[in-house]
Amino acid sequence: MIGIGESPPRPDGFAKVSGSARYVDDVSLPGMWHGATLRSPHPHARIRSIRFNAAKAPEGAVCVTAADLPGPNGVQLLDDGWPILADGFSLHVGEPIALVAAPTRLAARQALAAFTVEYEPLDPILTLEAAETLPPLYELRLENGDVEAAFAAAEHVIEGTWRTGHQEHIYIECNGMIASFENGGALTLLGSMQCPYYVHKALTHAFQLPEDKVRVRASVVGGGFGGKEDFPSALAIHAGLLARACGRPVKMIYDRHEDIVSTSKRHPAVVCHRTAVSADGRLLALDAEILMDGGAYKTLSPVVLSRALLHCFGPYRWPSVRVRGKVLRTHTAPNSAFRGFGAPQVEFAIERQMDRIGRELGLDPYEIRDRNVVEPGDRLPTGQILDASTSARLCLEEVERRTGFRRRWKELEEARDSAADGEPRRGIGLSLYFHGAGFTGNGERKMRSPVTARLLEDGRIEVLTAMTDMGQGCAAVFPQIAMAAGGVGADDVIFAEPDTGDVPDSGPTVASRTTMIVGGLIARTVAELRDRVLAWRSASEKENLSIREGWIENASGRAERFRDAARRYREETGPVEVTIHNEPPEWQTFDESTYRGAAYPTYAWGADVVEVEVDPDTLAARPVQVTAVCEVGRAIHKTLCAGQIEGGTLQALGWALMEEIKLQDGRYLNDRLATYIIPTAKDSPRIDVHLLERSWEGGPFGAKGVGELPMDGGAPAAVQAIENATGALVNEIPATPERLMKALGSSNVLPSETSPPGPLSSEAGEGERRRGIPS
Amino acid sequence: MKTTFSLNGQPAEADAHPMERLLDVLREHLGLTGTKEGCGEGECGACTVLMDGEPVLSCLVPLFQCEGRRIETVEGIAEGPAREFLERFVATGGVQCGACTPGIVVTAWALLQRNGQPSREEAREALAGNLCRCTGYEGILRALAPEAER
Repeated sequence: MIGIGESPPRPDGFAKVSGSARYVDDVSLPGMWHGATLRSPHPHARIRSIRFNAAKAPEGAVCVTAADLPGPNGVQLLDDGWPILADGFSLHVGEPIALVAAPTRLAARQALAAFTVEYEPLDPILTLEAAETLPPLYELRLENGDVEAAFAAAEHVIEGTWRTGHQEHIYIECNGMIASFENGGALTLLGSMQCPYYVHKALTHAFQLPEDKVRVRASVVGGGFGGKEDFPSALAIHAGLLARACGRPVKMIYDRHEDIVSTSKRHPAVVCHRTAVSADGRLLALDAEILMDGGAYKTLSPVVLSRALLHCFGPYRWPSVRVRGKVLRTHTAPNSAFRGFGAPQVEFAIERQMDRIGRELGLDPYEIRDRNVVEPGDRLPTGQILDASTSARLCLEEVERRTGFRRRWKELEEARDSAADGEPRRGIGLSLYFHGAGFTGNGERKMRSPVTARLLEDGRIEVLTAMTDMGQGCAAVFPQIAMAAGGVGADDVIFAEPDTGDVPDSGPTVASRTTMIVGGLIARTVAELRDRVLAWRSASEKENLSIREGWIENASGRAERFRDAARRYREETGPVEVTIHNEPPEWQTFDESTYRGAAYPTYAWGADVVEVEVDPDTLAARPVQVTAVCEVGRAIHKTLCAGQIEGGTLQALGWALMEEIKLQDGRYLNDRLATYIIPTAKDSPRIDVHLLERSWEGGPFGAKGVGELPMDGGAPAAVQAIENATGALVNEIPATPERLMKALGSSNVLPSETSPPGPLSSEAGEGERRRGIPS
Repeated sequence: MKTTFSLNGQPAEADAHPMERLLDVLREHLGLTGTKEGCGEGECGACTVLMDGEPVLSCLVPLFQCEGRRIETVEGIAEGPAREFLERFVATGGVQCGACTPGIVVTAWALLQRNGQPSREEAREALAGNLCRCTGYEGILRALAPEAER
């Protein structure tokens, strides 16, 4: 028996460490060809003509353009406004223009040379400032209380503008898909994805096929982080189009270059804050504007913006708020889902704004948070009353207790001006953060996602969900939940592969919902099957039986295996199947027109302390130590739960300190891992995770969502630590050495009694610094 | 053109262009798909294999360089005495999505061959050429340096 909170080896673990796990690129079908994509080299262009000279292509190569589509030219997500293939216009570099299939991967690549495309380049919109002159892709407002009156009465009004950049997912396995048409015209897809039913919906729409003529199966998924939420729908259609054109299975595997260039990224954002604060440091009003760069197409941006609005106020009490949010359109690849989904950008902004407020009022980062942190019973700006599982203060106090942050921060503040020339500078930063678990607003209510459990002929329970394990570990967590909920043994439950031909649409594997929502449904379906078997046995034995660890027992302790009883029950009654739909609690209602109500059933909470070391010569900031205190309800599998926080924290630090997509005229300067830098083992700090386990009654065995939370806290804490170390006021991430140099060489630096603004080492001379370093 | 070498302890032969990448030879000609491609340019380490006991990036090794050499892949390592280490690697949370894992296992195993009890710093140094996007490296380091100062 494996209990809740234990950490058994993940069931897919040994296959992954021994190389036998089959990812999509490890699969080869008989007669399979390979596909490749012709991409636009222009950020904005009219497409005058596309020609394919078959004589120049490897023999037999087939091509597909927008003219060959069997249905509407749109990838169905929220709507179908994202073209499958560019038609008439291309709106970003890397946009798919045409597809080609050939017998080998190399031949497919070579066949791209047989295309001639006549483009008429048009002026691109490449900055948020320029994009503001055009209608936004989407906009939202949230208003509550009398903001103007609060500002009029406030002792302090503090402004801040905070900027965050693109982030590329860099799942180690690039996007990949294999499509084939089976006898009878059914389209079958196998690939790397988070959401088999999203792909299914997009395929039925694009190919105008009935639902039962499309089957989508997820292979082992080599990382997702949101990057395989919507993009696989487009790639699946591409592979399907080529399979249809050549009459064979077609595999499309992106190389790293095209995965970086063409797939979605985290939205760059600018958040402008104006905050009204009382003399004693109480927050009175928040007035904020959020601008997000949606890229060329809307994709999932409206939902990302929604989550941004619902997290931009941070885990703090606000008597009044006014937030305007817009997603703007630029001629860059569409930005879409990435772990955190709009929250990391706005939580970076509000946390840095809190630091600025603290400095203005002479309060340290702990004090300003301590005075304003939300408590159970407080209202969020949406009107949602926070329940007893509101743990922001607990996290804040615990991280202080574990790190002695306040004392260390003060020591380093005082040491800053007197640091010896050329010595590495240490700094420490604190952040407090939260994350709404599950779909935003009424998403879960609209989906009513089902989970099915059925008795197999051998008496085992088979659980059917559409969830994919992209590494986060639902393949381990789900069986733990099933065993604990059903009182059954490890061998009594199996889980179906995520295949739309078998499993119900239990929703996408996103939004930190998998354990909390789907895990809860698994617990209920398995318990229901167990109850039926027990009731049947109790009736025939004429006594109430109980179950423990897979054994059914009567009052005198006589036992029989659950599986044997279930097999006989199944023989007697025929197929036994239970489907339960998710019904959010009645109190969880949200008005999407006014942004009032409970946007999430619960929130996960966290506080990070990050210590950095800044090299005085290179200005590279290296995180040395992170302490993350998180409350995510109860951990089902402690090692995997902590693993989510460890990995998410490093991903946040990469975004904060080094990861940067560099575009010049809309073209990528760093579309490869040699130049788009993510943290290595040498760059990574020691990450100590402390789970504050508190049971939340709405989740299975008290669990909330965990996956996205750790993305929210690392960046503001790291940048505050840099400020603590160097005095540089960095208002844009990544906080690269170039940006630090710029801040130190300008007035964007903390006032100092003893030294003028300048570099941290006399090696870099005054004159050199004044010339300005491009960022 | 034929190239002969030792593969996971057995004699092997590949009939392919001498400039073909060892990665493709392993995956496509010899059916050993445990070795993964993450970037194709020697930056991510997912395709790491051992050549004469040293970690090399198989996406950067042309086949002709393998002539007469001893190549070991994750499949070979998993069949050998590494099993205990691999089970520890799973238990400590060293694996999430698993795409970087074969390369990390190969690199880590090579380290353990020359240093049975690496420190955390030695493990970080050895792994510096292998990117992992899931774990924050903590679970991996716990497997490699269980005695490391905590």
